This record gives sequence, C-alpha cells and structure tokens, in this order.
Amino acid sequence: MATPAEARPNAAPRALTLDNGLKVLIQEERTAPLASVWCWYKVGSKDERPGLTGVSHWCEHMNFKGTANIPRDQVKGIIEQFGGAWNGYTWIDQTTYLETATRDALDRMLFIESERMASCLYHPDDCESERHVIISELQGGENDPDQLLDQELTATAFKAHPYRHPTIGWLPDLQTMTRDDLYGYYRRFYVPNNATLVIVGDVDTSEALGRIEHHFGGIQAGTEVSRLRTVEPDQIGERRLTIRKEGAVAYLRVGYHAPAATDAHFFPLLILDAVLTGAKGLNLWSSFRVPPPQRSARLYRALVERGLASAVAGSLMPTEQPFLYTISVTATNGTPLDSAESVLLEELDRVRRDGITGAELTRAKAQLRARLVFDSDSVTNIAHQLGYFETIASVEVFTTAPARIAEVTLDEVAAAARAALRPSSRTIGWFQPLPVGSGKSKSEV
Amino acid sequence: MPPGAQPSDFVLQTSPARSGLDPARTVLETGVVVLAKPTRTTPAVAINLAMRAGSIADPPGLPGITWLLSRVIDRGTATRSAADIADELDSRGITLTITVTRHLLSLVCTCLADDFEAVLALLGEMLMSPSLPEREIATRKGEVITAIRQDEDNPAVRATETLMALLYPDGHPYGRRTKGSIEIVESLTREQLLRLHADRFAPTGLTAVVVGDAEPARVKEVAARVFGGWRKPAPSSIALPPVRPATARRRVVIPMMNKAQADIAYGFTTITRRDSAYYACWLMNVALGQYAVGGRLGDSIRERQGMAYYVSSSLDANVAEGPLLVRAGVSPLNVDRAVASIDEEVARLVRDGLSEKELDESRRYLIGSIPRALETNAAIASFLQTEEFFGLGLDYDARLPDLLGAVTLDDVNAAARRALDPDRAAIVIAGPYADV
Repeated sequence: MATPAEARPNAAPRALTLDNGLKVLIQEERTAPLASVWCWYKVGSKDERPGLTGVSHWCEHMNFKGTANIPRDQVKGIIEQFGGAWNGYTWIDQTTYLETATRDALDRMLFIESERMASCLYHPDDCESERHVIISELQGGENDPDQLLDQELTATAFKAHPYRHPTIGWLPDLQTMTRDDLYGYYRRFYVPNNATLVIVGDVDTSEALGRIEHHFGGIQAGTEVSRLRTVEPDQIGERRLTIRKEGAVAYLRVGYHAPAATDAHFFPLLILDAVLTGAKGLNLWSSFRVPPPQRSARLYRALVERGLASAVAGSLMPTEQPFLYTISVTATNGTPLDSAESVLLEELDRVRRDGITGAELTRAKAQLRARLVFDSDSVTNIAHQLGYFETIASVEVFTTAPARIAEVTLDEVAAAARAALRPSSRTIGWFQPLPVGSGKSKSEV
Repeated sequence: MPPGAQPSDFVLQTSPARSGLDPARTVLETGVVVLAKPTRTTPAVAINLAMRAGSIADPPGLPGITWLLSRVIDRGTATRSAADIADELDSRGITLTITVTRHLLSLVCTCLADDFEAVLALLGEMLMSPSLPEREIATRKGEVITAIRQDEDNPAVRATETLMALLYPDGHPYGRRTKGSIEIVESLTREQLLRLHADRFAPTGLTAVVVGDAEPARVKEVAARVFGGWRKPAPSSIALPPVRPATARRRVVIPMMNKAQADIAYGFTTITRRDSAYYACWLMNVALGQYAVGGRLGDSIRERQGMAYYVSSSLDANVAEGPLLVRAGVSPLNVDRAVASIDEEVARLVRDGLSEKELDESRRYLIGSIPRALETNAAIASFLQTEEFFGLGLDYDARLPDLLGAVTLDDVNAAARRALDPDRAAIVIAGPYADV
C-alpha cells in the first residue's frame, strides 16, 4: 500500500541555481515512463504598463513560433514524436511552458525550452497573424457572460495595481501593440535569472543536470528585471457594477481583497473558503477543473439547496501580491439578483461575526488533505506545483502546505474572516441579462 | 540529433516493452462486471461505475429524462438522506461526477484508499436504490433549466447541438439534446423517473472499474458484497434507427448578435467503433484536426491565416455510426473564409490523401502518447470502461500499437474518401453572423 495520506508531506525536490541565475528543481518520480518539463518566468500581466496590456500573453503565443535553431515549420512535431503534449499559459504573476512526454524526450524538451529562453524570432508576419488569433481568443471569452463579469469586477476592485487588467489585455492595446513592443518585452523578461526550470518524472537527477548545463549553461544572465511597484491602496467603501447585456442567465459575483500566498491569513482563508464553497486544492493547472466537494458547504446550502442558484463557487488563488477572493453565483431562472445577493452577504456576515465550528474545521482539513493528494496524481501536476509556488513565492510554501493546513486553528480562521470579509473591502458585480433581440448592451459602475 | 529531427524508426526505442495494464476481470453471479487494476502512484483509488443507461434510453417524448435522473440519483437512497450523502462525500473530500453519454450513465470519483470500501458501498446504493425525493427533484429541475438556458446562450453549444440534429435527424437518439427542453424537464414526474430507473438499471448493464491503491482480490470481495444481492432481469435492448449518410450539403445559421465570436460546427457521420476501418479513420482524424494543435486544420486556419484561437476535429465512432466534428471559433468577419478553408482541407485530404510522413507522425504520436494517457488512476479507469463497453479485450492497451502499426496509407486514404465529402457536409454557424 502507498504511504497513507496523513503521513505524506509534499516531497521536496532537489534544488540548485546555475551560474547564470537559472533556478532548477528536479524530482524523480518513477510511477510512469514519463518526464514533465516546465520552464517558468516571473512575468505576467502585473508587469505590464498601460498601453501594453496583454503583452505577456501575446509573447507567450510568439514563443511557440520558431527560434534561431528550430525552423518555424518544425516547431510542431518534436514533442509529438515522443507521444508528448505541450502547452503554456500566462496569468497575473507568471508565464510558463511545459512538455510532458516519454522520458527519452527529456533532451529535446530541454533543448526547446533553452531555445525559447534565448532565441525566439518574433517575425513581423507572425506577430501580425497572432494579433488576430489573440483577438479571437478575447472575443471567445466575451461570449461567456460570467467571464465578462469577472473581468469587469477585477477592474473595479483594483484602482491602481496592475492586477486590475485582464491577462489577455484590453482590445485597444491588442490592436495597436507593435512587434518591437513584443520583442523588447521578451528580451527583458526571458533571461535565466528570471526563470525556474522544473523536471519531474522518470529521470536520473545527475544525468538531467548534465543536460540542463549543456542547453542552458551558455545563456548569458540578463540585467536584473526592474518591476512596477504599485501597492493597491486600501479600499474604503463597497464598490458596485452592473452589466446589462443580452443574455439568458443572471450572474452575481462578489470580490474581497485577499492576502498573498505568503501572508499568515492565506491558509486560514483557504480553510474558510472550503467551509463556504468546498475545498478546491491548490493546483491552478488541474484542481479547478474538478468541482469541489461542496454539498455541505455553507453557501451551497444557502443558495443552491434553497433553489436560488444553480451554482456557487469560491476562488482563492495563491498569488505573489494581494489579489482577490471571489464568490460567484449563477442565479436560477426567476431569482432576482438582489435576493441571491442578500442571502450571500448574510452568510458572509454571519461567518465574519461567529467564525466556523470545530466540525467544519475538521471537515475542511480532511477535504484539503484529500485534494492535495489528488492534485499530485501525475508528473505534470507535480511539476506544475513546484514551479508555480517557486515563481509566486517559494517552493517551500508548497512543500509545507499540508503541515500549514493541519495547524490552522479556529481562531486563525475567525481572524482571517474578520480581516478579509469587511463590507468596505468588497466589490459586487451583477450580470443582468436583457431579453435576447433587444439589441442593448451597457455597463454601469 | 539535429533540431526537429525525428527518431530513425517507428518503434520508440528507449521505452520499455509494455506488458499491458492486465486488469483483473470478474463477472459476479448477478451479471455485474468488475475490473480492478492496482497502482501505487498515490494513496488514492479511482472508482468508475458505468451503467448501460445513457440518453438513448430516454423514452419516446421524454428527451432529457435520463439527464434529470443523473442529477437526482445521488440525492437520497433507501437508507440515506441527501444530507447523509453530502456528509459522507464532503467529509472525505470527494467530488462525485455523474455523466450521461449516449450509451452510459456513469458515477465517477476519486477517494483516499482508506475510504474505498465505504465509498463503493455508497455509490452502489445510489445506483441500485435511489429514493428520488420530490424536494430534490424540484431543486435539480431548477438547476437543469438554468443549464439549458446557459446552453441556449452559448454559441459553441448551439452550433454543436444543431449540427448533431442535422446529422441524426428524425428523432435519432444521437441527434437529441441530452438535457432535453425546458418544457419537458418542467413536466417530468417522480413516477416517470422511478419507472426509467426500474426499466433500465440492472446488474447486467453495470461495469464497475476500480483503479488505484486497492488489491484486486479486495475489490472483488467488496464489489460482491455491494452488488451481490442485486438481482434483476436484463432490460430489453434498445434498437438504434439506421444512420443514413447525407446526400447533400446543409447549412444552418443561428444569429446570436449579442455575442462577440462566431462558432462553426462542421461534420459528417462516419463509422461504428467496431468497423475494421476504425484505426485508419482515427489516424486520418489526428492528421486532419488534432496533431500538434489542430493538425492540417490548425495549420491552415490558426497558424497560416491567423483566423481562429481554436480549430480542431474530433472522431466519436460509437455503437452506431458516430460523428466526425470540426469546430472553430472565429471573428464574424472570418466565418466565410474559415468555412472555405475547412472545405479546402477536407477536399484536399479526400483528393490527395495523407503523405507517408503525416501518417508516420500521427502514428508515432498516438503510440507514444499511450503511457501519458494511462498515467493517472482516473484515466486508466476510463480507458478500461471503453475497453469493456466495446469488447476490445483485456489486452487492448498492449495490442494497440500493433493495431495502429498495421494501418497503411491506402487504408487511411480510403477512410478519408469514405467519411469526408464537402458536398455532403453539415455546417452550423452560431454567433454574431447572419446570411446576407
């Protein structure tokens, strides 16, 4: 039998730093003949200045377009020939690229990532073609009213911090950004001393280190990245917005300013979220694809079981700087949004006033313990977690998470609830559907 | 090896010879099939219970009833209330997912190894003796109706569902919306749901798959204890109407002027899963719309023309002749050009076929991806369900490389000529677009 869940900490990887500043994390996992390679960069939409919103994500797209040593028409196929999958994503703090394939593809995966770090081309024709692809991606997102509401709520909750703009960027910036904007941004942030390389799988650590040195050792360190240092001022009053647009279903979203991953309130708030909406785990890559266990969660009982909502979800992401804790509600047909909102706020006021019970704390911890086990079911997922936490904080935040969760007390949860769920710190967003065919669309803040 | 170069021969040289999953298969006296596969990746177990009672079992005039049953079957049993079940699942951190496909209603979850026995007993009770409380039915109806309204506001769903209705007309079960309509959902009664359960749920239709940190002998023993007393005759079989290949091109536009992007669904009916051309058709589809982000379609529409964020094709060969669907999301200004490009790629494939290189790449990719596809307990459990449902044999995963390896270029090109023809395509466009 495998080690019981209670005794299983998140394993610590072998960690080292190359002379050029590239951090390397390697973990041997011999459960399948596979290896997963992720290369993480500390660059995300929070690093974008006005006028260049979306540049991090656009650069991510450009970094799949061919390099000095991988011709444009040969980018595809290298990893596929090993049965592998590759992908990438950009979010507020990070941009990352991955390949998972049979272990014999390790050298090719490292080669691709070294090329991506140092030698991407940014051909003007490719930049122009990708402009249309990204605008298409943006429009696809706008087709979803809930996603649109999330975007507008985030922009309303933050006044100053660059977390306020969407990772995909604002349309006017996407229409005007130039190839030089993109390439300049790439050269500034894609340097070894701003990156973490993660390998997890059926690999030999010393052999892997040799191949890493071979592919990355010759890449020069870059100038230390200078960053925007905006601190969001305290929110001093509730904010509201309403989007009135043709649609079929009404949505409600409430966002509170939330602590960063390294803040003492973070894990207590994670417990609180589990009590309110069910435990999600901590894996942005995988665990949010599976709904949480939430039938006995407070907000599920108050909203879904009473027929006011067809769905309720909470979201607390580990982030480098204070982001948002959001709760989203899909109203059932005929439920006025103010009814759903008053029930939701009543529950949040109650937990802020009275805290949670001992039984709820025990259940939330059990849920999170199970979710952390489920989150580590593949080399891809494990590698994601190591790189994600190293990029936004440190890998220790991940390896010590089970212990930190186990230690959380009722008092800590109560204190986190009091701090986070202040009415003056919240932003409330409504998506109010107008009859389809009315041809109307507007938003109010 | 130079950049972009490929290994010199077809077999992946440094991967170990696969011995196969080799699951333990038992048929209980009552007819329940039990498949167990031990793994040691994590101290967890994936449970996948599939009942041969998918949406094709919807009685005439009641499309959507199986879907509603799936939403309420886990909300009370003969011995447990909805609150009891919520407590049992939530206290163990378990998310129970219930899916309905054309042929199967499945209960799927992952639990910690220590909880496996209790969880299998709980899921078994849901399948064998759901109580379907009136209050739960009313609440879940509200959820389903909201979900239908969300679907009706979603161009991608509208395009795909309308395409399926075009490909499978005249009430064919493959052409029906699985969730049904708001009117029918509102009208459904507890008696109708109980009748459906009584008629379609039986031990002979159940396959229980357990993968993870549990020994097969224990899985068999627990399954026998859970399902051993469940005795019912096999349900009557459901005859599927014949699928008639299209004789003409059809095009439907669903204007949704409140949306920013248009979704295109384009497709054909193809072959059954048991057809000897299946592996050729699979490889053909990989080259057309999957290999390295969308195959030929992705190369043309996304990479070369920059028209879409997503474009791909999927093949769902099934008990009856399943669909091959091409889907793309494009700016409304690019709809006509995107459809023309899909036509062009489909016509080129039929006319010129694949190259040897493309076939070789697709084959390497599929064979090489087997270890990745079978890495997690949940993925293995799903694979074993497919294996059992289509009768592919317990050594199917080990034989799969040879089955793909035996396909010739002629086979693939014949499969393309048989399945694809722009003049017989069904096309649906949903979004901010209207025919001039």
